[in-house]
Amino acid sequence: MSDKSTNENLRFRDGILAGLPIVIGYLPIAVAYGILAKSTGVTLFHSFAFSAFVYAGASQFMALNMIAIGAGVGEIVVTTLLVNLRHFIMSASLASGLKRELSKYFPIIAFGVTDEVFSVLSIKEGEKSKEFIFGLQAAAYTAWVGGTMIGYIAGGLLPAMLAGSMVIALYGMFAALLVSAIKKSHKLAVYAAASGTINALLSYIGIMSKGWNMVAAIIIVAAVGAFIPEGKEVTADE
Amino acid sequence: MNNMLLIIAGMVLVTYIPRLLPFLLLSRLKLNTRAKRFLNLIPYTALGALIMPGFLTAIPESPLAAVLGLSFAIVYAWYKNSLIVSVLGSVVVAFLVTLAGNMI
Repeated sequence: MSDKSTNENLRFRDGILAGLPIVIGYLPIAVAYGILAKSTGVTLFHSFAFSAFVYAGASQFMALNMIAIGAGVGEIVVTTLLVNLRHFIMSASLASGLKRELSKYFPIIAFGVTDEVFSVLSIKEGEKSKEFIFGLQAAAYTAWVGGTMIGYIAGGLLPAMLAGSMVIALYGMFAALLVSAIKKSHKLAVYAAASGTINALLSYIGIMSKGWNMVAAIIIVAAVGAFIPEGKEVTADE
Repeated sequence: MNNMLLIIAGMVLVTYIPRLLPFLLLSRLKLNTRAKRFLNLIPYTALGALIMPGFLTAIPESPLAAVLGLSFAIVYAWYKNSLIVSVLGSVVVAFLVTLAGNMI
Protein backbone atom coordinates (compact mmCIF):
# COMPACT_ATOMS: atom_id res chain seq x y z
CA MET A 1 0.00 0.00 0.00
CA SER A 2 2.75 2.45 0.91
CA ASP A 3 4.62 1.35 -2.22
CA LYS A 4 1.61 2.19 -4.29
CA SER A 5 1.27 5.66 -2.81
CA THR A 6 5.01 6.32 -3.25
CA ASN A 7 4.62 5.49 -6.93
CA GLU A 8 1.64 7.77 -7.19
CA ASN A 9 3.58 10.59 -5.56
CA LEU A 10 6.45 10.04 -7.97
CA ARG A 11 4.16 10.17 -10.96
CA PHE A 12 2.50 13.34 -9.64
CA ARG A 13 5.97 14.88 -9.20
CA ASP A 14 6.91 13.86 -12.76
CA GLY A 15 3.76 15.61 -13.95
CA ILE A 16 4.73 18.81 -12.15
CA LEU A 17 8.25 18.63 -13.61
CA ALA A 18 6.83 18.10 -17.10
CA GLY A 19 4.72 21.21 -16.47
CA LEU A 20 7.67 23.50 -15.66
CA PRO A 21 8.13 24.69 -19.26
CA ILE A 22 4.44 25.63 -19.24
CA VAL A 23 4.91 27.47 -15.94
CA ILE A 24 7.74 29.53 -17.47
CA GLY A 25 5.53 30.32 -20.43
CA TYR A 26 2.38 31.09 -18.48
CA LEU A 27 3.78 33.30 -15.72
CA PRO A 28 4.65 36.40 -17.79
CA ILE A 29 1.44 36.15 -19.81
CA ALA A 30 -0.69 35.73 -16.67
CA VAL A 31 1.13 38.65 -15.03
CA ALA A 32 0.41 40.75 -18.12
CA TYR A 33 -3.21 39.66 -17.91
CA GLY A 34 -3.45 40.74 -14.27
CA ILE A 35 -1.95 44.14 -15.09
CA LEU A 36 -4.30 44.63 -18.04
CA ALA A 37 -7.36 43.50 -16.04
CA LYS A 38 -6.57 46.06 -13.35
CA SER A 39 -6.10 48.86 -15.87
CA THR A 40 -9.37 47.88 -17.59
CA GLY A 41 -11.11 48.45 -14.24
CA VAL A 42 -11.96 44.83 -13.47
CA THR A 43 -11.96 44.10 -9.73
CA LEU A 44 -9.42 41.78 -8.10
CA PHE A 45 -12.15 39.22 -7.37
CA HIS A 46 -13.44 39.22 -10.95
CA SER A 47 -9.91 38.95 -12.35
CA PHE A 48 -9.34 35.96 -10.10
CA ALA A 49 -12.64 34.42 -11.25
CA PHE A 50 -11.73 34.85 -14.92
CA SER A 51 -8.43 33.00 -14.51
CA ALA A 52 -9.62 30.42 -11.98
CA PHE A 53 -12.95 29.45 -13.58
CA VAL A 54 -12.72 30.36 -17.28
CA TYR A 55 -9.01 29.42 -17.46
CA ALA A 56 -8.50 30.19 -21.16
CA GLY A 57 -5.73 32.66 -21.98
CA ALA A 58 -6.58 33.99 -25.41
CA SER A 59 -10.28 34.45 -24.75
CA GLN A 60 -9.63 36.16 -21.41
CA PHE A 61 -7.51 38.81 -23.14
CA MET A 62 -10.16 39.14 -25.80
CA ALA A 63 -12.88 39.56 -23.18
CA LEU A 64 -10.91 42.39 -21.52
CA ASN A 65 -10.67 44.09 -24.89
CA MET A 66 -14.39 43.78 -25.45
CA ILE A 67 -15.24 44.92 -21.92
CA ALA A 68 -13.05 47.98 -22.52
CA ILE A 69 -14.94 48.91 -25.70
CA GLY A 70 -18.27 48.27 -23.97
CA ALA A 71 -19.33 45.08 -25.78
CA GLY A 72 -22.37 43.19 -24.47
CA VAL A 73 -22.47 39.86 -22.62
CA GLY A 74 -23.79 37.98 -25.69
CA GLU A 75 -21.04 39.19 -28.02
CA ILE A 76 -18.33 38.32 -25.52
CA VAL A 77 -19.71 34.85 -24.84
CA VAL A 78 -20.20 33.97 -28.52
CA THR A 79 -16.70 35.19 -29.41
CA THR A 80 -15.28 33.13 -26.54
CA LEU A 81 -17.03 30.04 -27.90
CA LEU A 82 -15.50 30.60 -31.33
CA VAL A 83 -12.02 31.25 -29.95
CA ASN A 84 -12.12 28.10 -27.81
CA LEU A 85 -13.64 25.70 -30.31
CA ARG A 86 -10.19 24.29 -31.07
CA HIS A 87 -10.20 22.76 -27.59
CA PHE A 88 -13.06 20.57 -28.77
CA ILE A 89 -10.73 18.95 -31.32
CA MET A 90 -7.85 18.77 -28.84
CA SER A 91 -10.04 17.13 -26.20
CA ALA A 92 -11.27 14.63 -28.79
CA SER A 93 -7.71 13.73 -29.73
CA LEU A 94 -6.66 13.46 -26.08
CA ALA A 95 -9.72 11.47 -24.97
CA SER A 96 -9.16 8.86 -27.68
CA GLY A 97 -5.70 8.15 -26.27
CA LEU A 98 -6.58 7.84 -22.57
CA LYS A 99 -7.49 4.62 -20.80
CA ARG A 100 -11.14 4.02 -19.99
CA GLU A 101 -10.34 3.49 -16.31
CA LEU A 102 -9.68 7.21 -16.10
CA SER A 103 -13.18 8.09 -17.29
CA LYS A 104 -14.42 9.11 -13.85
CA TYR A 105 -11.71 11.80 -13.81
CA PHE A 106 -12.61 13.09 -17.28
CA PRO A 107 -14.63 16.08 -15.99
CA ILE A 108 -11.53 17.32 -14.10
CA ILE A 109 -9.05 16.46 -16.84
CA ALA A 110 -11.27 18.20 -19.42
CA PHE A 111 -11.27 21.44 -17.40
CA GLY A 112 -7.46 21.59 -17.62
CA VAL A 113 -7.19 21.15 -21.40
CA THR A 114 -5.26 24.14 -22.73
CA ASP A 115 -3.15 24.37 -25.90
CA GLU A 116 -0.02 23.82 -23.82
CA VAL A 117 -1.23 20.99 -21.55
CA PHE A 118 -2.66 19.25 -24.62
CA SER A 119 0.65 19.58 -26.49
CA VAL A 120 2.78 18.21 -23.65
CA LEU A 121 0.36 15.34 -22.94
CA SER A 122 -0.12 14.23 -26.52
CA ILE A 123 3.61 14.26 -27.34
CA LYS A 124 4.46 12.33 -24.13
CA GLU A 125 5.18 8.69 -24.84
CA GLY A 126 3.96 5.73 -22.86
CA GLU A 127 1.08 5.45 -20.47
CA LYS A 128 -0.49 8.61 -19.10
CA SER A 129 -1.45 8.01 -15.47
CA LYS A 130 -3.96 10.22 -13.73
CA GLU A 131 -1.30 11.34 -11.24
CA PHE A 132 0.94 12.52 -14.08
CA ILE A 133 -1.93 14.36 -15.78
CA PHE A 134 -3.01 15.99 -12.50
CA GLY A 135 0.56 17.05 -11.67
CA LEU A 136 0.98 18.61 -15.11
CA GLN A 137 -2.37 20.37 -14.95
CA ALA A 138 -1.85 21.57 -11.38
CA ALA A 139 1.46 23.19 -12.32
CA ALA A 140 -0.04 24.96 -15.34
CA TYR A 141 -3.17 26.04 -13.45
CA THR A 142 -1.25 27.38 -10.44
CA ALA A 143 1.02 29.40 -12.74
CA TRP A 144 -1.93 30.90 -14.59
CA VAL A 145 -4.03 31.81 -11.56
CA GLY A 146 -1.03 32.79 -9.41
CA GLY A 147 0.46 34.88 -12.22
CA THR A 148 -2.83 36.74 -12.65
CA MET A 149 -2.86 37.65 -8.96
CA ILE A 150 0.82 38.69 -8.98
CA GLY A 151 0.20 40.88 -12.02
CA TYR A 152 -2.88 42.50 -10.50
CA ILE A 153 -1.27 43.18 -7.13
CA ALA A 154 2.42 43.71 -7.93
CA GLY A 155 2.23 44.47 -11.66
CA GLY A 156 4.95 46.56 -13.20
CA LEU A 157 7.76 45.05 -11.14
CA LEU A 158 8.80 42.81 -14.06
CA PRO A 159 11.01 44.78 -16.48
CA ALA A 160 9.03 45.30 -19.70
CA MET A 161 11.79 44.06 -22.01
CA LEU A 162 12.20 40.79 -20.09
CA ALA A 163 8.45 40.25 -20.01
CA GLY A 164 8.36 40.90 -23.77
CA SER A 165 11.06 38.29 -24.43
CA MET A 166 9.37 35.73 -22.19
CA VAL A 167 6.37 35.66 -24.50
CA ILE A 168 8.51 33.54 -26.84
CA ALA A 169 8.66 30.77 -24.19
CA LEU A 170 5.43 29.05 -25.19
CA TYR A 171 6.41 29.12 -28.88
CA GLY A 172 9.78 27.66 -27.91
CA MET A 173 7.95 24.91 -26.07
CA PHE A 174 5.61 24.16 -28.98
CA ALA A 175 8.57 24.03 -31.37
CA ALA A 176 10.64 21.77 -29.09
CA LEU A 177 7.69 19.38 -28.63
CA LEU A 178 7.15 19.26 -32.37
CA VAL A 179 10.85 18.62 -33.06
CA SER A 180 10.94 15.74 -30.57
CA ALA A 181 8.01 14.13 -32.41
CA ILE A 182 9.54 14.78 -35.83
CA LYS A 183 12.80 13.11 -34.78
CA LYS A 184 10.86 9.86 -34.40
CA SER A 185 8.75 10.23 -37.53
CA HIS A 186 10.02 12.66 -40.16
CA LYS A 187 6.78 12.75 -42.11
CA LEU A 188 5.07 14.56 -39.23
CA ALA A 189 7.04 17.65 -40.25
CA VAL A 190 5.02 17.74 -43.46
CA TYR A 191 1.71 17.79 -41.57
CA ALA A 192 2.85 20.47 -39.12
CA ALA A 193 4.31 22.64 -41.89
CA ALA A 194 1.18 22.26 -44.03
CA SER A 195 -1.06 23.23 -41.13
CA GLY A 196 1.11 26.23 -40.18
CA THR A 197 1.22 27.37 -43.81
CA ILE A 198 -2.55 27.14 -44.24
CA ASN A 199 -3.06 29.02 -40.95
CA ALA A 200 -0.63 31.74 -42.11
CA LEU A 201 -2.35 31.98 -45.52
CA LEU A 202 -5.78 32.21 -43.93
CA SER A 203 -4.69 34.98 -41.58
CA TYR A 204 -3.06 36.80 -44.51
CA ILE A 205 -6.35 36.59 -46.43
CA GLY A 206 -8.04 37.80 -43.26
CA ILE A 207 -11.66 36.78 -43.90
CA MET A 208 -12.09 34.68 -40.75
CA SER A 209 -11.04 35.31 -37.17
CA LYS A 210 -7.78 33.88 -35.77
CA GLY A 211 -9.69 31.19 -33.88
CA TRP A 212 -11.46 29.93 -37.00
CA ASN A 213 -8.29 30.03 -39.10
CA MET A 214 -6.59 27.76 -36.58
CA VAL A 215 -9.53 25.33 -36.37
CA ALA A 216 -9.72 25.14 -40.18
CA ALA A 217 -5.98 24.53 -40.62
CA ILE A 218 -5.88 21.82 -37.93
CA ILE A 219 -8.91 19.96 -39.29
CA ILE A 220 -8.15 20.23 -43.02
CA VAL A 221 -4.61 18.87 -42.76
CA ALA A 222 -5.50 16.09 -40.29
CA ALA A 223 -8.46 15.07 -42.49
CA VAL A 224 -6.30 14.94 -45.61
CA GLY A 225 -3.70 12.96 -43.66
CA ALA A 226 -6.32 10.47 -42.50
CA PHE A 227 -7.01 9.60 -46.14
CA ILE A 228 -3.38 9.17 -47.17
CA PRO A 229 -2.46 5.47 -46.93
CA GLU A 230 0.32 4.95 -44.37
CA GLY A 231 2.63 3.15 -46.82
CA LYS A 232 2.51 5.85 -49.45
CA GLU A 233 3.50 8.52 -46.95
CA VAL A 234 6.77 6.86 -46.07
CA THR A 235 7.90 6.87 -49.69
CA ALA A 236 6.59 10.41 -50.14
CA ASP A 237 8.97 11.95 -47.62
CA GLU A 238 12.07 10.07 -48.68
CA MET B 1 -21.15 44.58 -11.24
CA ASN B 2 -23.71 41.93 -12.09
CA ASN B 3 -22.78 42.19 -15.74
CA MET B 4 -19.27 41.00 -15.01
CA LEU B 5 -20.53 37.90 -13.22
CA LEU B 6 -22.78 37.15 -16.21
CA ILE B 7 -19.83 37.48 -18.59
CA ILE B 8 -17.74 35.16 -16.42
CA ALA B 9 -20.52 32.58 -16.05
CA GLY B 10 -21.22 32.61 -19.79
CA MET B 11 -17.53 32.26 -20.62
CA VAL B 12 -17.15 29.38 -18.14
CA LEU B 13 -19.94 27.48 -19.93
CA VAL B 14 -18.75 28.01 -23.50
CA THR B 15 -15.17 27.20 -22.50
CA TYR B 16 -15.86 24.12 -20.40
CA ILE B 17 -18.47 22.42 -22.59
CA PRO B 18 -16.26 22.14 -25.72
CA ARG B 19 -13.48 20.77 -23.50
CA LEU B 20 -15.74 18.23 -21.80
CA LEU B 21 -18.05 16.94 -24.57
CA PRO B 22 -15.44 14.93 -26.52
CA PHE B 23 -14.38 13.17 -23.31
CA LEU B 24 -17.96 12.12 -22.62
CA LEU B 25 -18.77 11.16 -26.22
CA LEU B 26 -15.56 9.39 -27.23
CA SER B 27 -15.51 7.03 -24.28
CA ARG B 28 -18.81 5.65 -25.61
CA LEU B 29 -17.95 5.56 -29.32
CA LYS B 30 -16.01 2.93 -31.23
CA LEU B 31 -13.87 4.70 -33.82
CA ASN B 32 -12.84 3.32 -37.20
CA THR B 33 -9.20 3.41 -38.36
CA ARG B 34 -9.64 6.56 -40.38
CA ALA B 35 -11.20 8.50 -37.51
CA LYS B 36 -8.44 7.30 -35.17
CA ARG B 37 -5.79 8.37 -37.63
CA PHE B 38 -7.46 11.77 -37.91
CA LEU B 39 -7.39 12.22 -34.13
CA ASN B 40 -3.81 10.94 -33.92
CA LEU B 41 -2.65 13.58 -36.41
CA ILE B 42 -4.33 16.44 -34.50
CA PRO B 43 -1.39 17.07 -32.11
CA TYR B 44 0.98 17.73 -35.01
CA THR B 45 -1.35 19.82 -37.13
CA ALA B 46 -2.32 21.73 -33.96
CA LEU B 47 1.34 22.42 -33.10
CA GLY B 48 1.96 23.67 -36.64
CA ALA B 49 -0.98 26.06 -36.44
CA LEU B 50 -0.13 27.17 -32.89
CA ILE B 51 3.39 28.17 -33.97
CA MET B 52 2.69 29.61 -37.43
CA PRO B 53 2.22 32.49 -37.98
CA GLY B 54 1.76 33.58 -34.33
CA PHE B 55 5.43 33.51 -33.31
CA LEU B 56 6.33 36.14 -35.90
CA THR B 57 4.35 38.77 -33.99
CA ALA B 58 5.05 37.42 -30.48
CA ILE B 59 7.64 40.14 -29.86
CA PRO B 60 6.25 43.10 -31.82
CA GLU B 61 9.35 45.31 -31.41
CA SER B 62 11.72 42.62 -32.68
CA PRO B 63 10.50 39.82 -34.99
CA LEU B 64 14.17 38.86 -35.37
CA ALA B 65 14.37 38.10 -31.65
CA ALA B 66 11.35 35.82 -32.02
CA VAL B 67 12.84 34.03 -35.03
CA LEU B 68 16.24 33.49 -33.37
CA GLY B 69 14.66 32.46 -30.03
CA LEU B 70 12.52 29.89 -31.80
CA SER B 71 15.48 28.70 -33.87
CA PHE B 72 17.42 28.00 -30.69
CA ALA B 73 14.54 25.89 -29.33
CA ILE B 74 14.34 23.91 -32.58
CA VAL B 75 18.09 23.27 -32.91
CA TYR B 76 18.51 22.40 -29.22
CA ALA B 77 15.51 20.03 -29.28
CA TRP B 78 16.93 18.32 -32.35
CA TYR B 79 20.20 17.41 -30.60
CA LYS B 80 19.15 17.13 -26.96
CA ASN B 81 16.02 16.09 -25.12
CA SER B 82 15.45 18.78 -22.53
CA LEU B 83 12.26 20.75 -23.00
CA ILE B 84 13.12 23.14 -20.18
CA VAL B 85 16.50 24.13 -21.71
CA SER B 86 14.83 24.68 -25.08
CA VAL B 87 12.27 26.97 -23.46
CA LEU B 88 14.68 28.91 -21.21
CA GLY B 89 17.23 29.16 -24.02
CA SER B 90 14.67 30.62 -26.42
CA VAL B 91 13.81 33.30 -23.82
CA VAL B 92 17.50 34.14 -23.19
CA VAL B 93 18.25 34.36 -26.93
CA ALA B 94 15.16 36.51 -27.57
CA PHE B 95 16.08 38.77 -24.62
CA LEU B 96 19.70 39.21 -25.78
CA VAL B 97 18.63 39.98 -29.35
CA THR B 98 16.06 42.53 -28.14
CA LEU B 99 18.71 44.05 -25.87
CA ALA B 100 21.24 44.25 -28.72
CA GLY B 101 18.60 45.78 -30.97
CA ASN B 102 17.91 48.48 -28.39
CA MET B 103 21.57 49.39 -28.04
CA ILE B 104 22.28 49.75 -31.76
